[in-house]
Amino acid sequence: MLGLTPDEWVAVGLSLKVASVATLASLVPGIAVAWLLARRDFYGRALLDGLVHLPLILPPVVTGYLLLLAFGRKGPAGAWLAEFGVVFAFRWTGAALACAVMGFPLMVRAMRLSLEAVDRRLEQAAATLGANPLAVFLTVTLPLSLPGILAGAVLAFAKAMGEFGATITFVSNIPGETQTLPSAIYTLTQVPGGEGGALRLTLVSILVSMGALLASEVLARRVSRRLGSA
Amino acid sequence: MALAVDVALKRGAFSLEAAFESGPGLTALFGRSGSGKSTLIHLIAGLARPDRGRIVVGGETLLDTGARVSVPVHRRRIACVFQEARLLPHLSVRGNLGYGRFFAGRRAGSAAEIAPVVEMLGIGHLLDRRPAGLSGGETQRVAIGRALLAKPRLLLMDEPLAALDEARKAEILPYIERLRDEAGIPIVYVSHAVAEVARLASTVVVLEDGRVAAAGPADAILRRAEILPAHEAEVGALLDMVVEDHDASGGVTRLTGTAGRLVLPHFDRLVGSPVRVRLPARDVLVATQMPVGLSARNVLPGRITALSPLGEAVMVEIACGEVSVAARLTRASARDLGLAPGLAVYAIVKSVALDPAGVGTGRRTLEI
Repeated sequence: MLGLTPDEWVAVGLSLKVASVATLASLVPGIAVAWLLARRDFYGRALLDGLVHLPLILPPVVTGYLLLLAFGRKGPAGAWLAEFGVVFAFRWTGAALACAVMGFPLMVRAMRLSLEAVDRRLEQAAATLGANPLAVFLTVTLPLSLPGILAGAVLAFAKAMGEFGATITFVSNIPGETQTLPSAIYTLTQVPGGEGGALRLTLVSILVSMGALLASEVLARRVSRRLGSA
Repeated sequence: MALAVDVALKRGAFSLEAAFESGPGLTALFGRSGSGKSTLIHLIAGLARPDRGRIVVGGETLLDTGARVSVPVHRRRIACVFQEARLLPHLSVRGNLGYGRFFAGRRAGSAAEIAPVVEMLGIGHLLDRRPAGLSGGETQRVAIGRALLAKPRLLLMDEPLAALDEARKAEILPYIERLRDEAGIPIVYVSHAVAEVARLASTVVVLEDGRVAAAGPADAILRRAEILPAHEAEVGALLDMVVEDHDASGGVTRLTGTAGRLVLPHFDRLVGSPVRVRLPARDVLVATQMPVGLSARNVLPGRITALSPLGEAVMVEIACGEVSVAARLTRASARDLGLAPGLAVYAIVKSVALDPAGVGTGRRTLEI
């Protein structure tokens, strides 16, 4: 199918793996941060908001370099995590970390908007019926903000599929380990006769992104029909 | 004492300082919008905190700012029926009914039975529907059922009928009466409609600008025009009576009570069932002699106990048997008839002035 070479398949598979892991791993922190920003007024709220949005504004190369400084083998976080056997530098896990960080602001933004849109009066009603705050969150807030949470996850996934600058700066461009779709396309455009491969991978890129968007649209529609608002 | 409240709260220009107690049965919080009714409900439910105060329900202190006691909302076991119902849109009717029941069951070890509540509210055919597909009246009945199944020790109802049209109100009122008489849970009911309060309440607390303007038995409060200035036309006596018989050919239903007999346009209620009738003071005539050749069917003999001026009018209190009826007359009428306390008179009411739709079921539970 598509006439991809084995090397190109490797890049596609790696990209899907990196993007999936990045999205799944940032789901819970994403919801937590979105909830904090949407619902809580605390000291340092503006700082957290800024920090989350930083990767959106900074040049991706800068974000990648900061990750390298922090999570590289000699970086403070990297050295500490290495003691537990968790290594990011020049591994696919590092690519996932870079993608997660880059997609985080998009994810949090969508989730936060939908959490803010949940009718607080429904949560109050649930509380008067005996639900403690955690139960209210799990049975009312979360289901009602599901469309936005899905949208956030899809955005993060799409962003991860396309992330280039931070990834290549942080974990380089190692075929089979850190060479994701964009890196592979970039490499192919730099070698003579690589145009065909670049075009094929571009096509795959478009297909995957479109597929993700479509899937999220279908899911969101199903959810909102279930909520009775469609 | 089912509920004792003494709270104070200040938010900008609005200040609330209210203290009242209520027993079993239904207590109406009555007042115009902005008088603090809903705020009070939120404070009792625990959805808001007063600046200072004490709230005791069924002997348990839920809030005491002095003693730093504040039971969180979900442990208060006070269920609410809100004006907008607030059904959970992502759950079916069954899911909504089961929601509070689930938490009540975990707390008490046993859950309330769904079937009797579903039957009482007539919502059996709705169980698999989504809240978005329900009518306003159905929505409120489900909300009432959901609140009941949470096994609350107090039920708060915040203008549950305000968003409904007259037909839907008439559809729900009997269910609330059954709730009051059969569920055995004290109810605090917020309303700004005299007809609702007259029909449902055993106790009335009148709120005005965040203060309790008056509190007491419904009959004693709802006849006092001076504390219900906005509802002058609606004040009057409440009579608890029993259906004596129906006269199908005459199109009337006869009631009997300690005040005597009343004849109303026919309405459907079993003979012997207790009913409550509101006698608006402005629909009551006064005669000093037994009238003859009169179309009005209701002539209650009594004795004047008090005359009190009310603007251009006079409120005449007439003791009929053990109950008291209020009549609103012009000063000229009162003067020309020579009305004075102690005078024997007849209170006269046209049957059609008494609205069968406003007849509530009488309270079977005794007031304590």
